[in-house]
Amino acid sequence: MNVEFTVNGTAHTLDVEPNTLLVDVLRSTLGLTGTHVGCDTSQCGACTVHLEGRAVKSCAVLACQVDGGTITTIEGIGTVDDLHPMQEAFRECHALQCGFCTPGMIMSAIDLVERGEAGDEGSVRAGLEGNICRCTGYHNIVRAVLHAAQRM
Amino acid sequence: MYRFNYHRPTSLEEAEQRLDAGEDALFLAGGQTLIPTLNLRLASPSDLIDLAGIDGLSGIDVADEMVRVGAMTRHAEVAASADVQASLPVLADLAGQIGDAQVRNRGTLGGSVANSDPAADYPAAVVALDATVHTTRRTIPGAEFFLSLFETALQPGEIITAVEFRVPKRAAYQKFPNPASRYAVVGVLVAEFDDGVRVGITGAAACAYRSDDLETALNASLAPDAVDAVDIDYDRFNSDLHASAEYRANLVRVMARRAVEALLREG
Amino acid sequence: MNDRNTDTGIGAAVLRKEDRRFITGFGRYTDDINEVGQCHAVFLRSPYARADIGEIDVSAPLEMDGVIAILTGRDMAADGLGDLPCGWSVKSKDGSDMISAPHPPLASERVNYVGEPYGVVLAETRQAARDAAEAVATDFGELEAVVVLKTATSSEAIHEAVPQNRCYLWELGDEQATDAAFQNAAHVVTLELTNNRIIPNAIEPRAALATHNPASDEITLYTTSQNPHLARLILSAFVGLSPEHKLRLIAPDVGGGFGSKIFVYPEETTVAWAARRIARPVKWAADRSESFLTDAHGRDHLSRVELALDADGQFLGLRVRTTANLGAYLSLFAASVPTYLYGTLLAGQYRTPAIHVEVEGVYTNTVPVDAVRGAGRPEATYVVERIVEVAARQLGIDPVELRRRNMIQPDQFPYQTPVALVYDTGNYQASLDRALDAIDYGGFPARRAASEAAGKKRGLGFACYIEACGLAPSQLAISLGAGVGLYESGEVRVNPTGSVTVFTGSHSHGQGHETTFAQIVSDRLGVPFDDVEVVHGDTGRVEFGLGTYGSRSVAVGGSALVVAADKVIAKGKLIAAHMLKADPAAIDFESGEFSVRDSNQSLSFGEVAFAAYVPADYPEDLEPGLSEKAFYDPENFTFPAGTHIAEVEIDPQTGVTEVVAFVAVDDFGEVINPMIVEGQVHGGIAQGIGQALLEHGVYDDQGQLITGSYMDYCMPRADDLPDFDVDTTITPCTHNPLGVKGCGEAGAIGSPAAVMNAITDALGTEEITMPATSEKVWRICRGD
Repeated sequence: MNVEFTVNGTAHTLDVEPNTLLVDVLRSTLGLTGTHVGCDTSQCGACTVHLEGRAVKSCAVLACQVDGGTITTIEGIGTVDDLHPMQEAFRECHALQCGFCTPGMIMSAIDLVERGEAGDEGSVRAGLEGNICRCTGYHNIVRAVLHAAQRM
Repeated sequence: MYRFNYHRPTSLEEAEQRLDAGEDALFLAGGQTLIPTLNLRLASPSDLIDLAGIDGLSGIDVADEMVRVGAMTRHAEVAASADVQASLPVLADLAGQIGDAQVRNRGTLGGSVANSDPAADYPAAVVALDATVHTTRRTIPGAEFFLSLFETALQPGEIITAVEFRVPKRAAYQKFPNPASRYAVVGVLVAEFDDGVRVGITGAAACAYRSDDLETALNASLAPDAVDAVDIDYDRFNSDLHASAEYRANLVRVMARRAVEALLREG
Repeated sequence: MNDRNTDTGIGAAVLRKEDRRFITGFGRYTDDINEVGQCHAVFLRSPYARADIGEIDVSAPLEMDGVIAILTGRDMAADGLGDLPCGWSVKSKDGSDMISAPHPPLASERVNYVGEPYGVVLAETRQAARDAAEAVATDFGELEAVVVLKTATSSEAIHEAVPQNRCYLWELGDEQATDAAFQNAAHVVTLELTNNRIIPNAIEPRAALATHNPASDEITLYTTSQNPHLARLILSAFVGLSPEHKLRLIAPDVGGGFGSKIFVYPEETTVAWAARRIARPVKWAADRSESFLTDAHGRDHLSRVELALDADGQFLGLRVRTTANLGAYLSLFAASVPTYLYGTLLAGQYRTPAIHVEVEGVYTNTVPVDAVRGAGRPEATYVVERIVEVAARQLGIDPVELRRRNMIQPDQFPYQTPVALVYDTGNYQASLDRALDAIDYGGFPARRAASEAAGKKRGLGFACYIEACGLAPSQLAISLGAGVGLYESGEVRVNPTGSVTVFTGSHSHGQGHETTFAQIVSDRLGVPFDDVEVVHGDTGRVEFGLGTYGSRSVAVGGSALVVAADKVIAKGKLIAAHMLKADPAAIDFESGEFSVRDSNQSLSFGEVAFAAYVPADYPEDLEPGLSEKAFYDPENFTFPAGTHIAEVEIDPQTGVTEVVAFVAVDDFGEVINPMIVEGQVHGGIAQGIGQALLEHGVYDDQGQLITGSYMDYCMPRADDLPDFDVDTTITPCTHNPLGVKGCGEAGAIGSPAAVMNAITDALGTEEITMPATSEKVWRICRGD
């Protein structure tokens, strides 16, 4: 079936099978491999993108459900030369190691700050409940989010 | 994921027709349970009928003594709604504890309630807040809605359109989350109405239910100590890797007590 | 050190080079790579823990749309592929060799754990491959499975050649001396311990993409590996997949390893074999469910521990009996983890004069158990630090005081332990003192009283751990059963314009080598940090290497780069001397300048590099070019050590344990990049707290994994953990040029014991196993 949506500002019309996850369209069809798949039960959050500006797990959304929608992925929030404040903060605070959970973590963190729920350490920790990181112990991720919240 | 046909009807009538026409069709609401289930190939519907294209299923109305939440309203909307926070804060609080932030941005009230997952949060509110479940065919009292594990009073093809919650004088929800899945191991909602106290429990048994024992005790004395005197019968409680039935019984007591304490703090 | 590089040289908290790609989505992980014409692999996996494989009927699925081929273990056996080997051979105490059960990459006759692959479906799409895999009808003859570790040696033999399911009964230490120590003891403290099975869970699932070029007969395998050269060696020399020079392994960006990506697995092997067999590129990426079922698990020990003390609390002897679960087959390093990486660490930081340990390695019908972050050393630390804590409680001595009385003193190094190791250096008291300050030990009674007043329980727990990193030297390790050397290679290739490309055989999957190694080389050569690029993870670009595990990268791989860089400097001096018409012995090199001593004549590093490649004014007897290699074989292990202190608060009503404070003071020797080192410690602590409180790989009686997803296997999340208070003390390693020891595993080594010591302190009982779940704690609180 035909689906139209905008990804990182570019409009796409794609023919997708109904049983296609949004994450598979992003990665395989559009080549946006910054969005990762870390689990198959919709728990790890590595596939988090923004749909209509809000963080969602793209492994728990069908491509056909987002017909007419607007999606932003990690590739769409900043560039190497013009980083988003959250990207900048992750680098400055050493909030990543292997980098695999990082795009999803950053997308969740941006939504968290934009919702106004990143006021203190406790709320940041609670707000990142939907993203699993195995490398950092979260310590520096929490620092980075609090840091970015000041700048966003 | 197995193959299926996808439909996005624009009216309830069309949705019902689609369901009838499908060999083994399912309604799709927020999809936060259904899509992972499909992804793991644990379900193989012939058709998915997405309710997102139907106008009027989403939104929050606050009237006298009543908060009506459209079936397709996302958990995040309920949690962030100033109206809900003002009129029925316990519901906003509960919605803000469902799953995680991403799940709350997609998951819907109707989807959660229709699924009757024994560990879901909303069902505690449906039974304790004297809710009325509005469907395409009728209204169903909240306390009679959940029948068993993943089983509700809904008939095949019947669609939830909204849930109306009665506003209590005071209420509080206390949840003990599963440390892995973050579903409720036990969740207890205690609500004080003019006509008595209602206690809704989720997570503990096959489906959400009202606890007669706790209600009797709290109607006699709305105080934390009243909870301690209740013998929680856990014969039919769930028992799994994360919590035995006996431990769940303890958590029911502790969460109920804490809910009462929180409710009393409201003044 | 070099003046020019104070912001980016050794010791500087340089921001990571690799982050730019990771934060913008331009990381390139295996599953991000696609080949034209690729097909997709889905594995046929055993639904049973133990079964004979009967007829495999593939007739119907072969007819399905998009299906290219279905290959089984029988096809692989017919092609003559060999078994997956264990890279370390351990001898039993009676001198006999361990019994290694044959481990074909794809099972052909019998399966021995749930999820074990016995075939593979290759199809145009993953969807089609999965559909076809479900349509394969395999006739299994289910057999009784051996699942319970405690009774495994009295159960039916899983493998014909392995009576009692015992792979080995290994020992270390002096049994007689230990027995004598116990006879003379004033106190004997005894403890039964379980070290829970954990599942590594790197967030990137394993993946592989293989292509075969029929003209060159070269196979290229992109794979999620911590050590691609070692994997290539094994696939060539043991499995017989392809000659080494016809096999290129590339481990691109790898999303975490924690040990689990060291090993050579059936799936990656099969993908490479299948690509040649069907003449198509083949891709496979594990679902998380497959990761749970098939990634090697960790720990899973049962131990009985006894400590003998004299009347003053001096340790006299330690006796340990451990049963270690090895799973259904020996994974690559499985045999060594509960033996040489465990028994050798049982002296801890103490002067215990007599130690004897016996380890029974046992097969069960579960997925293989191998190294997970710490690998043997968390288990050893758990044994030592739990029994020491219990001894302090039973003798009524402050746990800090008891440790101090028994610690090796700074003037006693080098220190020969009774379990083979010689510790080169350390100052254990210094870390302990700093950690006590950080946790405010003196304030603990008041904090405990405050918790109790609020209806909570509070506890404090210590772990003064030691670890041995940078397994070495090669000859010793090989004499003890290692199948490979334990050196590391490095190459410093100076480009004609003076920039530097560094090649290392070590591999980064989160550790930040591209930054740390650039700091080392930049500092040594005096070239700008941004002019140094680090290459790793590709057997086609890097000469050889043994990869990254055991906190070895900087101590061994970094040292190799220092040696290579020094060779570059030595050659540069010859070139400079010629150009400056001076004696080479009179050339000094500092801050990127070659200068004639006591003169104002000098050449920059770039000028010398250019001359090396454009040899106009050049020594006649010197080869052009400026590129040097080194293989660095350490003289000894390095011995990071430190003190971890956990403070917990328990809600007795629910049994929930909150880690309210965690202090780690570690001695890693010299630190190259303190920011990266702290990050490594944070991550290790999180995994250790996870093991202590949350994580548990559980099989049911039939051998089905019941913690097979994130719905049931409890990963630590941000709100499960506190901020960590991390600091370092420094005694430089005495035998490598950087003075470094290694930091990757320490967090995971000290923290489980610290947390469990805190919980048992709060609860007043030792009778609780990891993970200390809320229900277990609640039952103790109510007096069960």
